[in-house]
Amino acid sequence: MIANLGYGALVLTLIVSFYGIGAALVGLRKNKPALVDSARNAMLLTFPLLTLSALSIIYLLATNHFEVEYVASVTSRSMPMYLKVTALWGGQSGSLVFWSWLMSAFASAVTLRKWDRDREFLPWVIVVSLITLAFFLALNLFVENPFTRLWALPSGQVIEAMLRPAGGSLYFPSDGRGLNPLLRHPGMIIHPPMLYLGFVSFVIPYAFAMAALITGRTDDRWIRLTRRWTLWAWMFLTLGLVLGGRWAYDVLGWGGYWGWDPVEIAAFMPWLTGTAFLHSVMIQEKRGMLKQWNMVLIILTYALVIFGTFLTRSGVLSSVHAFAQSAIGPLFFAFIGITFIVSISLLMQRWNALKAQNQMTSMLSREALFLLNNLLFLGILVVCFWGVIFPLISELFTGQKVTVGPPFYERANGPLMAGLLLLMAVAPLAAWGRSTYQTLGRAIWKPTVAAAVVLVAVIISGVTNIYAMIGIFLASLVIAVTIHQYWRGIMARRKRDGSNFLAAFTKLMQRDPRRYGGYLVHISMAMLAIGIVGIEMFQTETQGTLSQGESLELGRYTMVYDELAVFNTNDARNVARAVVSVYKDGKPVGELYPRRDFFYDSQQPMTIPGVRSTFADDFYVLLVDWEEISSNSATFKIYHNPLVKWMWVGSWVFIIGTLISAWPEKEKETAPKRSQHRVAAAAD
Amino acid sequence: MEETTITQTGSRNRMKFIMGGAMIVAAVIYLIVSSTQASAQYFLTINELVAKTDEVADRDLRISGAVIGDSIVYDRDNLLLTFDVAHVPGDNADLDAEGGLAAALHAAVVDPTRSRITVVYEGPVPDLLQNEAQAIMTGRLDSEGVFHADELLLKCPTKYEEAVPEQVSGN
Repeated sequence: MIANLGYGALVLTLIVSFYGIGAALVGLRKNKPALVDSARNAMLLTFPLLTLSALSIIYLLATNHFEVEYVASVTSRSMPMYLKVTALWGGQSGSLVFWSWLMSAFASAVTLRKWDRDREFLPWVIVVSLITLAFFLALNLFVENPFTRLWALPSGQVIEAMLRPAGGSLYFPSDGRGLNPLLRHPGMIIHPPMLYLGFVSFVIPYAFAMAALITGRTDDRWIRLTRRWTLWAWMFLTLGLVLGGRWAYDVLGWGGYWGWDPVEIAAFMPWLTGTAFLHSVMIQEKRGMLKQWNMVLIILTYALVIFGTFLTRSGVLSSVHAFAQSAIGPLFFAFIGITFIVSISLLMQRWNALKAQNQMTSMLSREALFLLNNLLFLGILVVCFWGVIFPLISELFTGQKVTVGPPFYERANGPLMAGLLLLMAVAPLAAWGRSTYQTLGRAIWKPTVAAAVVLVAVIISGVTNIYAMIGIFLASLVIAVTIHQYWRGIMARRKRDGSNFLAAFTKLMQRDPRRYGGYLVHISMAMLAIGIVGIEMFQTETQGTLSQGESLELGRYTMVYDELAVFNTNDARNVARAVVSVYKDGKPVGELYPRRDFFYDSQQPMTIPGVRSTFADDFYVLLVDWEEISSNSATFKIYHNPLVKWMWVGSWVFIIGTLISAWPEKEKETAPKRSQHRVAAAAD
Repeated sequence: MEETTITQTGSRNRMKFIMGGAMIVAAVIYLIVSSTQASAQYFLTINELVAKTDEVADRDLRISGAVIGDSIVYDRDNLLLTFDVAHVPGDNADLDAEGGLAAALHAAVVDPTRSRITVVYEGPVPDLLQNEAQAIMTGRLDSEGVFHADELLLKCPTKYEEAVPEQVSGN
């Protein structure tokens, strides 16, 4: 019953979407604003309809309706309620509905804004959003239906179908198969929605870009309108990536956070183009350049977002076997191909209208450095794309499938990422239009001295790895430059109005949130880099089987095995939990509780590390095995992960920075005309 | 007069930017090509591996096979994991012909005539290691025909529509 309701809502949404697309197009052609308004209402209607559909799934999940195949595949009776509810995005078909629901929410929010000044964009934004939505709805309805039920045929066979087959009766499994235990982690519960929020919000700037191309209103209005959307999209996408890393670190039990597998890369690629886009739109706003380039970036980002949704959900995952294992593969590729070709041909038509209003004059100007930043991001994108498709290419040309692993990505991306760090240190100091080595040198020498001091300290502490030295030096330089920038801003303000330090700092943030928020994001990226250098280059490990009271040493740490308990929990787990004491330089620093949970419903174990985390290092213990019954001895694997905490703390700094950047500035009602004066004023 | 100087500096500028851009493109291409050569791994099925044992000795390989549950042995004192994997087809069409990945994995495990090899891995037992899981491993084949894996990824499509890869990197 509820399943039919949810399914009906999906069908209705698809019909409404088609109506909206048609009404907008006809309204435009016949010049009937009433029809465009009707299309707008259609767009608004998709949200309540999809909410109904999503709630239906949630209801079915929460009330153990295992006759619905999707429910049986992702939940089980023993799962707690919050996991049942969030199983909405635990499987493919449910997560597609969730995607569509987010899409309709964002599109509705956009249509509700005031359109007075941008009336001509509205119908096209509706068309582009609804076409995207309709694609996902069609996937849900015709290929991946979350409401399919199980039917027992008179022959005794059980089949999946939406409608009752002849002579069939509903089949009720006694229990579901349960969510994969590895996914039962807070990081994994919010990681997919974050990623999806990021993916979906990038559709909005894309829709505006297309509207700008189609209507020929090719000034930077579409960029100003969508700046905040882009920032939100970018923030969610980054958070999605970081949470995924955190989940891997906490759950997968190999002391790592990122493995360069195709799925991770699929989510990383739109991030790369999105980050490049965030930077290059500033050049268009400030200098009227790179207009064509910005269009290319947003088109690429959209294509990569759809591709990412597909790869993260299609089950093809790390298998290099195929990109089209399920029926949705070809459909996704067709959709990406068609939208990409249409977008590019629209861009070609407007190519001349998008000519730059200014020329790059100096290699050291801010815009030139931004362009360089864009090239590096695109370079990393090409590296990633090459790595993902290389097996297909090699098979095509040599008949032999050859893959590249993490070393490929690390080796090829390392120098490019170092280049980005250097740019993060230099570009904020460069002026728009023109800079010289002299002015740059004067601005950067103090921070360079500070970073050099850090470098010397690192070398004295015994680091000999040259790549680590470069990484730490560049990251310190970024942090030093950025803090120096804040410092100068605060001091200038204090001199002007005599306000105290904190007040000056707050005013600085209020005055130019975009700039100073962006600086915080730079600091967070440098912190991320420090964490990556720490764990990638200085991770050490050891392992051993210990009797109670025996100890294992790793670096300055000693770990003593105290005891182990095995017990059942009331949510159908069997838990083996060890207690170990950790000593650093002989002094006790605390107890850790590495454990292994065995899930009865899915018959699968899950290893949960015990971690002691400080800014200096993480001490990470895995319970590998133990002697049954007596639990006299147990086997442990220990990792020492220096500096990794900087990554997680950096991601908090990142959130704050992005929020400040996205903070609403008062929009000037008269669109400012660009002039050299303004450019000069904006330079510092 | 003045205009010509502007165009001259303009074109000189443009040259500079084109040169700079070309250098970056060249650097990216160099990085990609050299890194590809340095870290390329042949991706083989078990059948291919068995057929080419001599050719591939001591080369970096990536192989895929079905885990045979009965063969899993764990030496906990040395954290040494040993198990056998059986051949599963690498091609999509072949997998579909066997009724999908789950069915193909099952068929591979129950069919004693399939080619099999022994895998050795040092480290904790991955949570997803179980009968009829798909194992994707990177490592090397030794002269005895034993595969030494230093990375082990597992998928269990029989149970979950969405298979989560568990990645274990070691050594």
